[in-house]
Amino acid sequence: MLEIRWHSRAGQGAVTGAKGLADIVATTGKYVQAFAFYGSAKRGAAMTAYNRVDDKEILNHEKYMKPDYVFVIDPALVFTTDVTINHKPTTKYIITTHMSTDELKEAQPKLADKEVYTVDCIKIAQETIGRPIPNTPMLGAFMKVSGMYDIEFFKENMKRVLAKLPQKIIDANMLAIQRAYDEVK
Amino acid sequence: MAFDKMELNEIEVWDGNFAAAQALRQVQVDVVSAYPITPSTPIVEGYAKFLADGYVEGEFMMVESEHAAMSGCIGASAAGGRVATATSSQGFALMVETLYQASGMRLPIILNVVNRALAAPLNVNGDHSDMYLGRDSGWIQFDSYNPQQAYDLNFIAFKVAEDHEVRLPAMVHQDGFMTSHTAQGVKTLSDDEAYGFVGEFKPMNDMLDLENPVTHGVQTEEDWHFEHKARQHHDLMTKVFPKIEEAFDAFEKLTGRKYNIVEEYMTDDAEVAVVALGTSVETAVEVAKEMREQEGIKAGVIGIRVFRPWPFEYIAEAIKGIKALGALDRSSPNGAMGALYNELAGILVNSDEKAVLTNYIYGLGGRDLTKAHLKEIFKELKANADAGKPTTELQQFIGVRGPKLAYL
Repeated sequence: MLEIRWHSRAGQGAVTGAKGLADIVATTGKYVQAFAFYGSAKRGAAMTAYNRVDDKEILNHEKYMKPDYVFVIDPALVFTTDVTINHKPTTKYIITTHMSTDELKEAQPKLADKEVYTVDCIKIAQETIGRPIPNTPMLGAFMKVSGMYDIEFFKENMKRVLAKLPQKIIDANMLAIQRAYDEVK
Repeated sequence: MAFDKMELNEIEVWDGNFAAAQALRQVQVDVVSAYPITPSTPIVEGYAKFLADGYVEGEFMMVESEHAAMSGCIGASAAGGRVATATSSQGFALMVETLYQASGMRLPIILNVVNRALAAPLNVNGDHSDMYLGRDSGWIQFDSYNPQQAYDLNFIAFKVAEDHEVRLPAMVHQDGFMTSHTAQGVKTLSDDEAYGFVGEFKPMNDMLDLENPVTHGVQTEEDWHFEHKARQHHDLMTKVFPKIEEAFDAFEKLTGRKYNIVEEYMTDDAEVAVVALGTSVETAVEVAKEMREQEGIKAGVIGIRVFRPWPFEYIAEAIKGIKALGALDRSSPNGAMGALYNELAGILVNSDEKAVLTNYIYGLGGRDLTKAHLKEIFKELKANADAGKPTTELQQFIGVRGPKLAYL
Protein backbone atom coordinates (compact mmCIF):
# COMPACT_ATOMS: atom_id res chain seq x y z
CA MET A 1 0.00 0.00 0.00
CA LEU A 2 1.33 3.41 -1.01
CA GLU A 3 -0.09 6.33 0.98
CA ILE A 4 0.23 10.03 0.18
CA ARG A 5 -0.87 13.10 2.13
CA TRP A 6 -1.24 16.47 0.42
CA HIS A 7 -0.95 19.75 2.35
CA SER A 8 -2.62 22.57 0.49
CA ARG A 9 -4.84 25.58 0.74
CA ALA A 10 -8.44 25.18 -0.38
CA GLY A 11 -8.50 26.32 -4.00
CA GLN A 12 -4.95 25.27 -4.91
CA GLY A 13 -6.12 22.05 -6.52
CA ALA A 14 -4.99 19.36 -4.07
CA VAL A 15 -8.27 17.46 -4.44
CA THR A 16 -8.09 17.68 -8.23
CA GLY A 17 -4.43 16.64 -8.05
CA ALA A 18 -5.20 13.66 -5.81
CA LYS A 19 -8.09 12.56 -8.03
CA GLY A 20 -5.99 13.08 -11.19
CA LEU A 21 -3.21 10.92 -9.77
CA ALA A 22 -5.77 8.26 -8.78
CA ASP A 23 -7.22 8.35 -12.28
CA ILE A 24 -3.83 7.75 -13.91
CA VAL A 25 -2.78 5.04 -11.46
CA ALA A 26 -6.11 3.22 -11.98
CA THR A 27 -5.40 2.84 -15.71
CA THR A 28 -2.41 0.64 -14.80
CA GLY A 29 -4.61 -1.91 -13.05
CA LYS A 30 -3.96 -0.79 -9.49
CA TYR A 31 -6.63 0.03 -6.90
CA VAL A 32 -6.89 3.64 -5.80
CA GLN A 33 -8.55 5.91 -3.28
CA ALA A 34 -8.49 9.72 -3.25
CA PHE A 35 -10.19 11.81 -0.57
CA ALA A 36 -9.85 15.00 1.45
CA PHE A 37 -10.76 16.55 4.76
CA TYR A 38 -13.40 19.13 4.06
CA GLY A 39 -15.69 20.73 6.57
CA SER A 40 -16.70 24.27 5.85
CA ALA A 41 -13.18 25.32 4.80
CA LYS A 42 -13.14 28.40 2.64
CA ARG A 43 -10.71 29.26 -0.16
CA GLY A 44 -7.27 29.81 1.33
CA ALA A 45 -7.79 27.68 4.45
CA ALA A 46 -5.20 24.98 5.17
CA MET A 47 -6.48 21.53 4.18
CA THR A 48 -5.25 18.02 3.51
CA ALA A 49 -6.00 15.52 0.75
CA TYR A 50 -5.03 11.85 0.54
CA ASN A 51 -4.19 9.07 -1.89
CA ARG A 52 -4.03 5.34 -1.30
CA VAL A 53 -2.68 2.97 -3.97
CA ASP A 54 -2.56 -0.81 -3.68
CA ASP A 55 -2.38 -4.00 -5.75
CA LYS A 56 -5.51 -5.32 -4.03
CA GLU A 57 -8.92 -3.80 -3.35
CA ILE A 58 -8.69 -0.99 -0.78
CA LEU A 59 -11.10 -1.63 2.09
CA ASN A 60 -9.65 0.77 4.63
CA HIS A 61 -11.77 3.93 4.99
CA GLU A 62 -10.06 5.38 8.08
CA LYS A 63 -8.83 8.93 7.62
CA TYR A 64 -5.79 8.30 9.81
CA MET A 65 -2.70 7.73 7.69
CA LYS A 66 1.06 7.27 8.14
CA PRO A 67 2.06 8.54 4.72
CA ASP A 68 4.88 7.26 2.50
CA TYR A 69 4.94 10.67 0.80
CA VAL A 70 3.94 14.13 1.97
CA PHE A 71 3.28 16.73 -0.73
CA VAL A 72 3.24 20.38 0.37
CA ILE A 73 1.94 22.62 -2.41
CA ASP A 74 1.83 25.91 -0.50
CA PRO A 75 5.20 27.18 0.80
CA ALA A 76 3.89 28.71 4.04
CA LEU A 77 2.23 25.53 5.32
CA VAL A 78 5.62 24.12 6.34
CA PHE A 79 5.67 26.85 9.00
CA THR A 80 2.01 27.22 9.97
CA THR A 81 0.97 23.54 10.13
CA ASP A 82 2.80 20.36 11.17
CA VAL A 83 3.52 18.65 7.85
CA THR A 84 5.41 15.87 9.69
CA ILE A 85 2.41 14.67 11.72
CA ASN A 86 1.96 10.85 11.82
CA HIS A 87 5.23 10.39 9.92
CA LYS A 88 7.27 7.23 9.74
CA PRO A 89 11.07 6.99 9.36
CA THR A 90 10.76 6.36 5.62
CA THR A 91 8.34 9.21 4.85
CA LYS A 92 9.54 11.35 1.93
CA TYR A 93 8.61 15.03 1.58
CA ILE A 94 8.19 16.99 -1.64
CA ILE A 95 7.78 20.63 -0.76
CA THR A 96 6.95 23.67 -2.83
CA THR A 97 9.32 26.49 -1.87
CA HIS A 98 11.60 29.12 -3.35
CA MET A 99 14.28 27.96 -0.89
CA SER A 100 16.87 25.25 -1.44
CA THR A 101 16.41 22.02 0.54
CA ASP A 102 19.21 23.03 2.94
CA GLU A 103 17.74 26.50 3.47
CA LEU A 104 14.32 25.00 4.15
CA LYS A 105 15.69 22.50 6.68
CA GLU A 106 17.43 25.34 8.46
CA ALA A 107 14.26 27.44 8.51
CA GLN A 108 12.11 24.52 9.68
CA PRO A 109 14.24 22.30 11.99
CA LYS A 110 11.47 19.66 12.14
CA LEU A 111 12.49 18.69 8.61
CA ALA A 112 16.23 18.52 9.40
CA ASP A 113 16.41 14.73 9.70
CA LYS A 114 13.78 14.01 7.02
CA GLU A 115 14.17 13.00 3.37
CA VAL A 116 13.12 16.29 1.78
CA TYR A 117 12.90 17.27 -1.88
CA THR A 118 12.13 20.83 -2.94
CA VAL A 119 10.75 22.42 -6.08
CA ASP A 120 9.05 25.78 -6.67
CA CYS A 121 5.71 24.58 -8.04
CA ILE A 122 4.10 28.00 -7.49
CA LYS A 123 6.68 29.77 -9.64
CA ILE A 124 6.56 27.03 -12.27
CA ALA A 125 2.74 27.20 -12.41
CA GLN A 126 2.78 30.99 -12.69
CA GLU A 127 5.36 30.93 -15.50
CA THR A 128 3.67 28.16 -17.48
CA ILE A 129 -0.06 28.05 -16.69
CA GLY A 130 -0.22 31.72 -15.68
CA ARG A 131 -1.90 30.97 -12.35
CA PRO A 132 -0.48 29.74 -9.04
CA ILE A 133 -2.10 26.27 -9.27
CA PRO A 134 0.73 24.01 -8.13
CA ASN A 135 -1.01 20.61 -8.30
CA THR A 136 0.10 19.24 -11.67
CA PRO A 137 3.77 20.31 -11.29
CA MET A 138 3.79 18.55 -7.89
CA LEU A 139 2.86 15.34 -9.68
CA GLY A 140 5.73 15.88 -12.14
CA ALA A 141 8.11 16.20 -9.20
CA PHE A 142 6.58 13.07 -7.65
CA MET A 143 7.25 11.08 -10.82
CA LYS A 144 10.93 12.06 -10.59
CA VAL A 145 11.32 11.32 -6.87
CA SER A 146 9.30 8.07 -6.84
CA GLY A 147 10.12 6.75 -10.30
CA MET A 148 6.52 5.51 -10.33
CA TYR A 149 5.97 5.94 -14.06
CA ASP A 150 7.97 7.11 -17.05
CA ILE A 151 7.33 10.86 -17.35
CA GLU A 152 6.17 10.61 -20.98
CA PHE A 153 3.62 7.91 -20.04
CA PHE A 154 2.46 10.09 -17.16
CA LYS A 155 2.07 13.18 -19.32
CA GLU A 156 0.11 11.29 -22.00
CA ASN A 157 -2.30 10.07 -19.32
CA MET A 158 -2.53 13.49 -17.71
CA LYS A 159 -3.63 14.91 -21.07
CA ARG A 160 -6.59 12.55 -20.92
CA VAL A 161 -7.44 13.63 -17.33
CA LEU A 162 -7.29 17.30 -18.35
CA ALA A 163 -9.11 16.72 -21.67
CA LYS A 164 -11.99 19.03 -20.75
CA LEU A 165 -9.65 22.07 -20.54
CA PRO A 166 -8.66 24.27 -23.52
CA GLN A 167 -5.65 22.93 -25.47
CA LYS A 168 -3.53 25.93 -24.43
CA ILE A 169 -4.03 25.10 -20.74
CA ILE A 170 -3.31 21.41 -21.31
CA ASP A 171 -0.03 22.30 -23.09
CA ALA A 172 0.93 24.67 -20.26
CA ASN A 173 0.26 21.92 -17.71
CA MET A 174 2.50 19.52 -19.64
CA LEU A 175 5.25 22.11 -19.59
CA ALA A 176 4.74 22.63 -15.85
CA ILE A 177 4.89 18.89 -15.15
CA GLN A 178 8.11 18.52 -17.17
CA ARG A 179 9.74 21.54 -15.51
CA ALA A 180 8.97 20.28 -12.00
CA TYR A 181 10.26 16.84 -13.01
CA ASP A 182 13.50 18.45 -14.18
CA GLU A 183 13.88 20.96 -11.36
CA VAL A 184 13.02 18.98 -8.20
CA LYS A 185 16.04 18.45 -5.95
CA MET B 1 -34.64 8.60 -28.25
CA ALA B 2 -33.63 12.24 -28.24
CA PHE B 3 -30.47 12.05 -26.18
CA ASP B 4 -26.82 11.17 -26.67
CA LYS B 5 -25.19 8.10 -25.22
CA MET B 6 -22.01 8.44 -23.24
CA GLU B 7 -18.94 6.29 -23.77
CA LEU B 8 -17.56 5.19 -20.42
CA ASN B 9 -14.29 3.43 -19.64
CA GLU B 10 -14.58 -0.06 -18.19
CA ILE B 11 -13.27 1.37 -14.92
CA GLU B 12 -13.78 5.05 -14.08
CA VAL B 13 -12.31 6.77 -11.03
CA TRP B 14 -15.45 8.31 -9.55
CA ASP B 15 -16.56 9.45 -6.15
CA GLY B 16 -19.86 8.15 -4.79
CA ASN B 17 -21.76 11.27 -5.80
CA PHE B 18 -20.68 11.16 -9.42
CA ALA B 19 -21.33 7.41 -9.55
CA ALA B 20 -24.92 8.02 -8.36
CA ALA B 21 -25.40 10.89 -10.84
CA GLN B 22 -24.24 8.64 -13.68
CA ALA B 23 -26.72 5.96 -12.59
CA LEU B 24 -29.58 8.51 -12.67
CA ARG B 25 -28.52 9.44 -16.21
CA GLN B 26 -28.21 5.85 -17.36
CA VAL B 27 -31.72 4.86 -16.22
CA GLN B 28 -33.04 8.04 -17.90
CA VAL B 29 -34.83 9.53 -14.90
CA ASP B 30 -37.76 11.63 -16.18
CA VAL B 31 -37.92 14.14 -13.34
CA VAL B 32 -35.44 15.24 -10.69
CA SER B 33 -36.96 17.74 -8.27
CA ALA B 34 -34.22 18.96 -5.98
CA TYR B 35 -32.97 21.43 -3.42
CA PRO B 36 -29.22 20.78 -3.15
CA ILE B 37 -27.45 20.30 0.18
CA THR B 38 -23.91 19.28 1.15
CA PRO B 39 -22.63 16.58 0.71
CA SER B 40 -25.26 15.30 -1.76
CA THR B 41 -25.26 18.35 -4.06
CA PRO B 42 -23.11 16.87 -6.88
CA ILE B 43 -25.68 14.12 -7.50
CA VAL B 44 -28.48 16.44 -8.61
CA GLU B 45 -25.96 18.88 -10.08
CA GLY B 46 -24.57 16.00 -12.13
CA TYR B 47 -28.02 15.04 -13.41
CA ALA B 48 -28.73 18.69 -14.29
CA LYS B 49 -25.49 18.90 -16.26
CA PHE B 50 -26.18 15.66 -18.14
CA LEU B 51 -29.62 17.04 -18.95
CA ALA B 52 -28.22 20.38 -20.15
CA ASP B 53 -25.62 18.58 -22.26
CA GLY B 54 -28.24 16.40 -23.92
CA TYR B 55 -27.33 13.08 -22.31
CA VAL B 56 -30.71 12.55 -20.70
CA GLU B 57 -34.27 13.32 -21.67
CA GLY B 58 -36.01 14.61 -18.60
CA GLU B 59 -36.82 17.58 -16.47
CA PHE B 60 -35.01 19.26 -13.58
CA MET B 61 -37.29 21.06 -11.14
CA MET B 62 -35.68 23.76 -9.01
CA VAL B 63 -37.72 24.27 -5.87
CA GLU B 64 -37.51 26.30 -2.68
CA SER B 65 -36.86 23.63 -0.06
CA GLU B 66 -36.38 19.91 0.45
CA HIS B 67 -40.01 19.65 1.52
CA ALA B 68 -40.92 21.05 -1.90
CA ALA B 69 -38.31 18.86 -3.59
CA MET B 70 -39.91 15.65 -2.35
CA SER B 71 -43.38 17.11 -2.99
CA GLY B 72 -42.33 17.71 -6.60
CA CYS B 73 -41.09 14.12 -6.79
CA ILE B 74 -44.42 12.88 -5.44
CA GLY B 75 -46.37 14.87 -8.03
CA ALA B 76 -44.16 13.73 -10.91
CA SER B 77 -44.25 10.13 -9.74
CA ALA B 78 -48.04 10.16 -9.34
CA ALA B 79 -48.27 11.65 -12.83
CA GLY B 80 -46.46 8.57 -14.12
CA GLY B 81 -42.74 9.30 -14.45
CA ARG B 82 -39.48 7.75 -13.33
CA VAL B 83 -38.41 10.05 -10.50
CA ALA B 84 -35.37 10.53 -8.28
CA THR B 85 -33.61 13.10 -6.11
CA ALA B 86 -30.87 13.38 -3.49
CA THR B 87 -30.47 14.96 -0.09
CA SER B 88 -28.62 14.87 3.23
CA SER B 89 -29.04 15.74 6.89
CA GLN B 90 -31.17 18.85 7.53
CA GLY B 91 -32.62 18.54 4.04
CA PHE B 92 -33.63 14.97 4.78
CA ALA B 93 -35.15 16.08 8.08
CA LEU B 94 -37.23 18.69 6.28
CA MET B 95 -38.39 15.99 3.84
CA VAL B 96 -39.64 13.65 6.53
CA GLU B 97 -43.30 14.61 6.32
CA THR B 98 -43.34 14.07 2.57
CA LEU B 99 -41.40 10.78 2.85
CA TYR B 100 -44.43 9.27 4.56
CA GLN B 101 -46.68 10.67 1.80
CA ALA B 102 -44.51 9.04 -0.87
CA SER B 103 -44.55 5.60 0.72
CA GLY B 104 -48.23 5.78 1.70
CA MET B 105 -49.13 6.71 -1.87
CA ARG B 106 -46.97 3.79 -3.08
CA LEU B 107 -44.82 5.93 -5.36
CA PRO B 108 -41.54 4.31 -6.45
CA ILE B 109 -39.30 7.36 -6.03
CA ILE B 110 -35.54 6.83 -5.59
CA LEU B 111 -33.88 9.08 -3.00
CA ASN B 112 -30.09 9.12 -2.78
CA VAL B 113 -29.29 9.94 0.84
CA VAL B 114 -25.70 11.02 1.36
CA ASN B 115 -25.54 10.43 5.10
CA ARG B 116 -24.60 13.42 7.23
CA ALA B 117 -24.97 14.43 10.88
CA LEU B 118 -27.96 16.39 12.14
CA ALA B 119 -27.47 19.78 13.83
CA ALA B 120 -27.01 21.22 16.39
CA PRO B 121 -24.07 21.74 16.41
CA LEU B 122 -23.95 22.26 12.65
CA ASN B 123 -21.77 19.70 10.91
CA VAL B 124 -21.48 18.73 7.23
CA ASN B 125 -19.70 15.42 7.77
CA GLY B 126 -20.92 11.87 7.68
CA ASP B 127 -22.85 9.92 10.27
CA HIS B 128 -26.05 7.90 10.11
CA SER B 129 -28.45 10.24 11.96
CA ASP B 130 -30.44 10.97 8.79
CA MET B 131 -30.58 7.31 7.76
CA TYR B 132 -31.93 6.38 11.19
CA LEU B 133 -34.47 9.21 11.02
CA GLY B 134 -35.94 7.56 7.91
CA ARG B 135 -36.29 4.08 9.30
CA ASP B 136 -40.03 4.19 10.11
CA SER B 137 -41.00 6.08 6.96
CA GLY B 138 -42.07 3.06 4.92
CA TRP B 139 -39.23 3.33 2.40
CA ILE B 140 -36.88 0.55 1.38
CA GLN B 141 -33.35 1.50 2.54
CA PHE B 142 -30.30 0.18 0.69
CA ASP B 143 -26.86 0.90 2.13
CA SER B 144 -23.61 1.18 0.18
CA TYR B 145 -20.09 0.97 1.58
CA ASN B 146 -18.11 2.48 -1.34
CA PRO B 147 -18.66 4.36 -4.65
CA GLN B 148 -19.06 1.17 -6.70
CA GLN B 149 -21.95 0.10 -4.52
CA ALA B 150 -23.53 3.57 -4.59
CA TYR B 151 -23.60 3.16 -8.38
CA ASP B 152 -24.80 -0.46 -8.46
CA LEU B 153 -27.46 -0.11 -5.78
CA ASN B 154 -29.17 2.69 -7.69
CA PHE B 155 -29.96 0.25 -10.51
CA ILE B 156 -31.15 -2.35 -8.00
CA ALA B 157 -33.29 0.26 -6.23
CA PHE B 158 -35.11 1.35 -9.40
CA LYS B 159 -35.71 -2.24 -10.44
CA VAL B 160 -37.16 -3.26 -7.07
CA ALA B 161 -39.11 -0.09 -6.26
CA GLU B 162 -40.81 0.15 -9.66
CA ASP B 163 -41.86 -3.51 -9.70
CA HIS B 164 -45.67 -3.48 -9.73
CA GLU B 165 -45.79 -5.99 -6.87
CA VAL B 166 -43.66 -3.65 -4.73
CA ARG B 167 -44.49 -0.06 -5.68
CA LEU B 168 -42.61 1.45 -2.75
CA PRO B 169 -40.03 4.24 -2.70
CA ALA B 170 -36.41 3.38 -1.96
CA MET B 171 -33.42 5.19 -0.53
CA VAL B 172 -29.85 4.48 -1.56
CA HIS B 173 -27.54 5.50 1.26
CA GLN B 174 -23.85 6.36 1.05
CA ASP B 175 -21.56 7.85 3.71
CA GLY B 176 -21.11 11.61 3.41
CA PHE B 177 -17.54 12.43 2.22
CA MET B 178 -16.21 8.95 3.09
CA THR B 179 -18.04 7.61 0.02
CA SER B 180 -19.59 10.66 -1.61
CA HIS B 181 -16.31 12.57 -1.99
CA THR B 182 -13.88 9.65 -2.08
CA ALA B 183 -12.77 8.69 -5.58
CA GLN B 184 -12.24 4.98 -6.18
CA GLY B 185 -12.35 2.71 -9.20
CA VAL B 186 -15.92 2.07 -10.35
CA LYS B 187 -16.64 -0.68 -12.87
CA THR B 188 -19.22 0.81 -15.21
CA LEU B 189 -22.16 -0.55 -17.15
CA SER B 190 -22.68 0.65 -20.69
CA ASP B 191 -25.70 2.91 -21.16
CA ASP B 192 -27.56 0.09 -22.92
CA GLU B 193 -26.75 -2.51 -20.25
CA ALA B 194 -27.81 -0.17 -17.46
CA TYR B 195 -31.06 0.86 -19.08
CA GLY B 196 -31.76 -2.71 -20.13
CA PHE B 197 -31.31 -3.95 -16.57
CA VAL B 198 -33.81 -1.52 -15.07
CA GLY B 199 -36.11 -1.51 -18.10
CA GLU B 200 -38.60 1.03 -19.34
CA PHE B 201 -40.71 2.69 -16.66
CA LYS B 202 -44.17 1.14 -16.52
CA PRO B 203 -46.66 3.53 -14.91
CA MET B 204 -49.37 2.25 -12.59
CA ASN B 205 -52.46 4.24 -11.65
CA ASP B 206 -50.83 7.28 -13.21
CA MET B 207 -52.73 10.55 -13.07
CA LEU B 208 -51.96 11.37 -16.71
CA ASP B 209 -53.79 8.25 -17.89
CA LEU B 210 -56.97 10.16 -18.66
CA GLU B 211 -58.81 7.04 -19.85
CA ASN B 212 -58.55 5.59 -16.34
CA PRO B 213 -59.06 8.37 -13.81
CA VAL B 214 -57.61 7.74 -10.33
CA THR B 215 -57.36 9.60 -7.06
CA HIS B 216 -54.08 10.10 -5.21
CA GLY B 217 -53.45 11.47 -1.72
CA VAL B 218 -56.82 10.61 -0.28
CA GLN B 219 -58.10 10.97 3.26
CA THR B 220 -59.10 7.85 5.19
CA GLU B 221 -60.15 7.94 8.81
CA GLU B 222 -60.65 5.01 11.14
CA ASP B 223 -62.64 3.25 8.47
CA TRP B 224 -59.72 2.51 6.12
CA HIS B 225 -56.44 4.10 7.32
CA PHE B 226 -55.36 1.00 9.25
CA GLU B 227 -55.93 -1.30 6.28
CA HIS B 228 -53.76 0.91 4.05
CA LYS B 229 -50.92 1.03 6.57
CA ALA B 230 -51.20 -2.68 7.34
CA ARG B 231 -51.02 -3.60 3.65
CA GLN B 232 -48.03 -1.36 3.15
CA HIS B 233 -46.28 -3.09 6.06
CA HIS B 234 -47.36 -6.49 4.77
CA ASP B 235 -45.75 -5.80 1.40
CA LEU B 236 -42.57 -4.53 3.07
CA MET B 237 -42.41 -7.69 5.18
CA THR B 238 -43.27 -10.25 2.51
CA LYS B 239 -42.81 -8.93 -1.02
CA VAL B 240 -39.69 -6.80 -0.92
CA PHE B 241 -37.00 -9.35 -0.03
CA PRO B 242 -37.92 -11.84 -2.80
CA LYS B 243 -37.79 -8.99 -5.32
CA ILE B 244 -34.46 -7.76 -3.98
CA GLU B 245 -33.06 -11.32 -4.19
CA GLU B 246 -34.30 -11.49 -7.79
CA ALA B 247 -32.69 -8.16 -8.64
CA PHE B 248 -29.40 -9.12 -6.93
CA ASP B 249 -29.33 -12.39 -8.93
CA ALA B 250 -30.03 -10.61 -12.22
CA PHE B 251 -27.36 -8.03 -11.40
CA GLU B 252 -24.82 -10.74 -10.64
CA LYS B 253 -25.58 -12.40 -13.99
CA LEU B 254 -25.01 -9.07 -15.74
CA THR B 255 -21.91 -7.85 -13.87
CA GLY B 256 -20.49 -10.69 -11.78
CA ARG B 257 -20.92 -8.50 -8.70
CA LYS B 258 -22.82 -10.33 -5.96
CA TYR B 259 -24.88 -8.45 -3.39
CA ASN B 260 -26.66 -9.96 -0.39
CA ILE B 261 -29.42 -8.62 1.85
CA VAL B 262 -27.05 -9.22 4.73
CA GLU B 263 -23.36 -9.25 3.84
CA GLU B 264 -21.33 -11.77 5.81
CA TYR B 265 -17.56 -11.68 6.03
CA MET B 266 -15.75 -14.59 7.70
CA THR B 267 -18.81 -15.35 9.85
CA ASP B 268 -18.84 -19.11 9.17
CA ASP B 269 -16.40 -19.92 11.97
CA ALA B 270 -16.42 -16.53 13.71
CA GLU B 271 -16.41 -16.40 17.47
CA VAL B 272 -16.94 -12.63 17.58
CA ALA B 273 -18.41 -10.21 15.04
CA VAL B 274 -19.32 -6.57 14.61
CA VAL B 275 -22.52 -5.49 12.89
CA ALA B 276 -22.25 -2.22 10.99
CA LEU B 277 -23.40 0.03 8.16
CA GLY B 278 -21.55 2.09 5.55
CA THR B 279 -17.81 2.45 4.99
CA SER B 280 -17.12 1.08 8.48
CA VAL B 281 -18.12 -2.39 7.25
CA GLU B 282 -15.15 -2.46 4.87
CA THR B 283 -12.64 -1.09 7.39
CA ALA B 284 -13.91 -3.70 9.87
CA VAL B 285 -13.39 -6.48 7.31
CA GLU B 286 -9.75 -5.45 6.91
CA VAL B 287 -9.30 -5.37 10.70
CA ALA B 288 -11.09 -8.73 11.17
CA LYS B 289 -8.56 -10.31 8.78
CA GLU B 290 -5.72 -8.81 10.80
CA MET B 291 -7.26 -10.04 14.07
CA ARG B 292 -7.27 -13.55 12.66
CA GLU B 293 -3.69 -13.33 11.35
CA GLN B 294 -2.09 -11.38 14.19
CA GLU B 295 -4.15 -12.10 17.31
CA GLY B 296 -5.66 -15.50 16.58
CA ILE B 297 -9.13 -14.07 17.23
CA LYS B 298 -11.78 -15.58 14.97
CA ALA B 299 -13.36 -12.27 13.97
CA GLY B 300 -16.13 -11.68 11.49
CA VAL B 301 -18.19 -8.80 10.15
CA ILE B 302 -21.89 -8.53 9.35
CA GLY B 303 -22.79 -5.68 7.00
CA ILE B 304 -26.39 -4.57 6.74
CA ARG B 305 -27.13 -4.09 3.04
CA VAL B 306 -30.89 -3.57 3.45
CA PHE B 307 -31.72 -1.59 6.58
CA ARG B 308 -35.46 -1.44 5.84
CA PRO B 309 -37.24 -3.71 5.67
CA TRP B 310 -35.15 -5.06 8.55
CA PRO B 311 -33.74 -8.46 7.50
CA PHE B 312 -34.72 -10.29 10.68
CA GLU B 313 -34.44 -13.85 9.38
CA TYR B 314 -31.29 -13.23 7.35
CA ILE B 315 -29.50 -11.86 10.40
CA ALA B 316 -30.78 -14.68 12.62
CA GLU B 317 -29.03 -17.00 10.17
CA ALA B 318 -25.86 -14.89 9.96
CA ILE B 319 -25.26 -14.75 13.72
CA LYS B 320 -25.48 -18.54 14.27
CA GLY B 321 -22.60 -19.77 16.39
CA ILE B 322 -21.19 -16.31 17.13
CA LYS B 323 -20.51 -15.86 20.85
CA ALA B 324 -20.16 -12.09 21.09
CA LEU B 325 -21.64 -9.38 18.88
CA GLY B 326 -20.81 -5.68 18.81
CA ALA B 327 -23.51 -3.40 17.38
CA LEU B 328 -21.79 -0.36 15.83
CA ASP B 329 -24.14 2.63 15.69
CA ARG B 330 -23.04 5.84 13.95
CA SER B 331 -25.86 8.00 15.29
CA SER B 332 -26.44 9.63 18.64
CA PRO B 333 -28.82 7.32 20.52
CA ASN B 334 -30.11 10.29 22.58
CA GLY B 335 -31.32 8.46 25.63
CA ALA B 336 -31.53 4.87 24.44
CA MET B 337 -29.39 2.06 23.09
CA GLY B 338 -28.32 2.41 19.45
CA ALA B 339 -30.79 1.24 16.79
CA LEU B 340 -28.66 -1.68 15.63
CA TYR B 341 -28.31 -2.87 19.24
CA ASN B 342 -32.07 -2.81 19.74
CA GLU B 343 -32.80 -4.53 16.42
CA LEU B 344 -30.24 -7.24 17.14
CA ALA B 345 -31.57 -7.71 20.67
CA GLY B 346 -34.98 -8.26 19.09
CA ILE B 347 -33.54 -11.13 17.07
CA LEU B 348 -31.51 -12.66 19.90
CA VAL B 349 -34.24 -12.65 22.53
CA ASN B 350 -36.30 -15.41 20.90
CA SER B 351 -33.39 -17.29 19.38
CA ASP B 352 -31.42 -20.29 20.62
CA GLU B 353 -28.28 -18.23 20.09
CA LYS B 354 -26.72 -16.91 23.24
CA ALA B 355 -24.43 -14.22 21.86
CA VAL B 356 -23.33 -11.51 24.28
CA LEU B 357 -24.47 -8.25 22.71
CA THR B 358 -22.87 -4.85 23.35
CA ASN B 359 -23.27 -1.44 21.76
CA TYR B 360 -20.60 0.93 20.40
CA ILE B 361 -21.50 4.51 19.47
CA TYR B 362 -18.86 5.92 17.11
CA GLY B 363 -18.06 8.37 14.34
CA LEU B 364 -20.58 11.13 15.06
CA GLY B 365 -20.15 14.15 12.82
CA GLY B 366 -17.54 12.37 10.70
CA ARG B 367 -15.17 11.47 13.59
CA ASP B 368 -12.70 8.94 12.23
CA LEU B 369 -13.24 5.27 13.03
CA THR B 370 -9.64 4.00 12.99
CA LYS B 371 -8.38 0.48 12.62
CA ALA B 372 -6.97 0.86 16.15
CA HIS B 373 -10.50 1.50 17.49
CA LEU B 374 -11.80 -1.60 15.73
CA LYS B 375 -8.96 -3.74 17.09
CA GLU B 376 -9.90 -2.72 20.63
CA ILE B 377 -13.55 -3.52 19.94
CA PHE B 378 -12.71 -7.01 18.64
CA LYS B 379 -10.53 -7.64 21.72
CA GLU B 380 -13.36 -6.60 24.03
CA LEU B 381 -15.79 -8.84 22.14
CA LYS B 382 -13.34 -11.72 22.52
CA ALA B 383 -13.27 -11.11 26.29
CA ASN B 384 -17.09 -11.11 26.28
CA ALA B 385 -17.15 -14.38 24.33
CA ASP B 386 -14.70 -16.02 26.76
CA ALA B 387 -16.60 -14.78 29.83
CA GLY B 388 -20.02 -15.61 28.38
CA LYS B 389 -21.26 -12.22 29.62
CA PRO B 390 -20.47 -8.55 29.06
CA THR B 391 -17.06 -7.54 30.44
CA THR B 392 -17.70 -3.87 29.60
CA GLU B 393 -20.63 -1.55 29.98
CA LEU B 394 -23.38 -2.37 27.48
CA GLN B 395 -22.99 0.93 25.66
CA GLN B 396 -19.64 2.64 25.06
CA PHE B 397 -18.68 5.75 23.12
CA ILE B 398 -15.62 5.22 20.87
CA GLY B 399 -13.16 7.96 19.91
CA VAL B 400 -14.76 10.75 21.90
CA ARG B 401 -12.46 13.08 23.88
CA GLY B 402 -12.71 13.68 27.60
CA PRO B 403 -13.66 11.14 30.27
CA LYS B 404 -14.78 7.75 28.95
CA LEU B 405 -18.52 7.64 28.30
CA ALA B 406 -20.19 4.31 28.99
CA TYR B 407 -23.62 3.29 30.26
CA LEU B 408 -25.52 0.37 31.74
